Amino acid sequence: MTVAMVSTPQVARAAADRSALKERISIRKLDFYYGEGHALKAISLPLYDRKVTAFIGPSGCGKSTLLRVLNRMYDLYPHQRAEGEVLFDGANVLSPKQDLNLLRARVGMVFQKPTPFPMTIYDNIAFGIRLYERMSKSEVDGRVEESLKRAGLWNEVKDKLQANGLSLSGGQQQRLCIARTVAVRPEVILLDEPCSALDPISTAKIEELIEELKADYTIVIVTHNMQQAARVSEFTAFMYLGELIEFGDTQKIFTSPNDTRTQDYITGRFG
Amino acid sequence: MNEHTVKSFDQELQLLDKKVAQMGGLAERLLAHAFDALERRDPKLAESTVATDRAVDQLERELQEQSIQMIARRQPMANDLRHIMTVLKIAGDLERIGDLAKNIAKRALAVSGESHPKPLMTGLKHMVELALRQLKDVLDAYAELDADKALGVWRQDERIDAMYNSIFRELLTYMMEDPRNIGLCTHLLFGAKNIERVGDHTTNIAENVYYLVHGTTLTDDRPKGDDTSSTLIRKE
Repeated sequence: MTVAMVSTPQVARAAADRSALKERISIRKLDFYYGEGHALKAISLPLYDRKVTAFIGPSGCGKSTLLRVLNRMYDLYPHQRAEGEVLFDGANVLSPKQDLNLLRARVGMVFQKPTPFPMTIYDNIAFGIRLYERMSKSEVDGRVEESLKRAGLWNEVKDKLQANGLSLSGGQQQRLCIARTVAVRPEVILLDEPCSALDPISTAKIEELIEELKADYTIVIVTHNMQQAARVSEFTAFMYLGELIEFGDTQKIFTSPNDTRTQDYITGRFG
Repeated sequence: MNEHTVKSFDQELQLLDKKVAQMGGLAERLLAHAFDALERRDPKLAESTVATDRAVDQLERELQEQSIQMIARRQPMANDLRHIMTVLKIAGDLERIGDLAKNIAKRALAVSGESHPKPLMTGLKHMVELALRQLKDVLDAYAELDADKALGVWRQDERIDAMYNSIFRELLTYMMEDPRNIGLCTHLLFGAKNIERVGDHTTNIAENVYYLVHGTTLTDDRPKGDDTSSTLIRKE
């Protein structure tokens, strides 16, 4: 009996077509120093328009540092400097000519711990708006309502806009901070472990919010929660010791990453 | 591979593999005994083989439960996730192989009083030997995480199909020659079909081993040699 064996297997590739995506921010050969400490080493990576990109990696890997470069938060501190390029719509935000107030209006940020101002819920939102735009009272009212609605907080606070922002629960405070961020109509939103201090229900609300916000904004999230990164992001960057080890489709990173260090980290085999 | 920071995770994964190996060994034995019972017309062996299938079913339930528990409690990622999903699927295929072997054993009981035409039994024996070798190889491929070996199994299945094809024709010829053969030959035909199905489940396992190792699926159409479903034989 003769049997012909001719078949060669073809391997299915995760066919992510990135040609249709627009790079909102392009990080090119970025190095960052805390004084003598070399915290980021030649990082190059795209942040795609209206997509969620997650930065993951162990503590001290540089993911929060990278986030802080994107709106030049590091400028607030001495002895910190960045080299390389961060192109935002083609212009290098690291340039000394960059208007920092404008940059921070375009690139909003939400921190790990909720940071509402010690003022009314209404003023928490209105404060930022008045800083950047001249608006009538009714226009500001409209923007406050719109922002609170976007952040999924309106129904919970509409009857107590004059209450202190600090009187809200942790999860509500965090959504207030997101409302404050979207109120100035940024283009990019940076989230630095936004759910690490929140209970699962508040976390789910923030994740739902991220899902909605990505229709209009480019979002970057730093998280220690692997499942969260897998749930909310389209792209994931794994960083280790200041280097970008792997960047790719979230789907691919969490099912079959290319680099063994990525695999060891996300499966809990590190160190 | 590096160990998990949480040691009990590694232990649980090892336990899964141990059970898969145990279940695989049991499925192999079941198929071998079922065929022996048929060949030697041994109703006692046939009966004990039918009973052994329960142990295979039990192992499948245990593997299923443990896998689900691990997904719920550990939220596995990357190769761990592929590992557990592969275990679940392999357990399903081995359970089916056990059922098919059990079915052969039942047929062995039914035809134990008949005399079997020698050339037919030789053909069936070759077929079952190849199926057993394939099954052993694929279980080794799983244990050794050897994707190339799995690929070899995947390609070899065509030979089982070709053997089934020729046995199918032979059996039909016997039946046409003498209608008194129909009862026995029908049982043998289903027996052969069962072995052919064992081969298909074995290739499923091979595909899963390949996925486990590489994280990508085999998409090519597997070479197939079974054309009996589109064949009609007429008496000349």
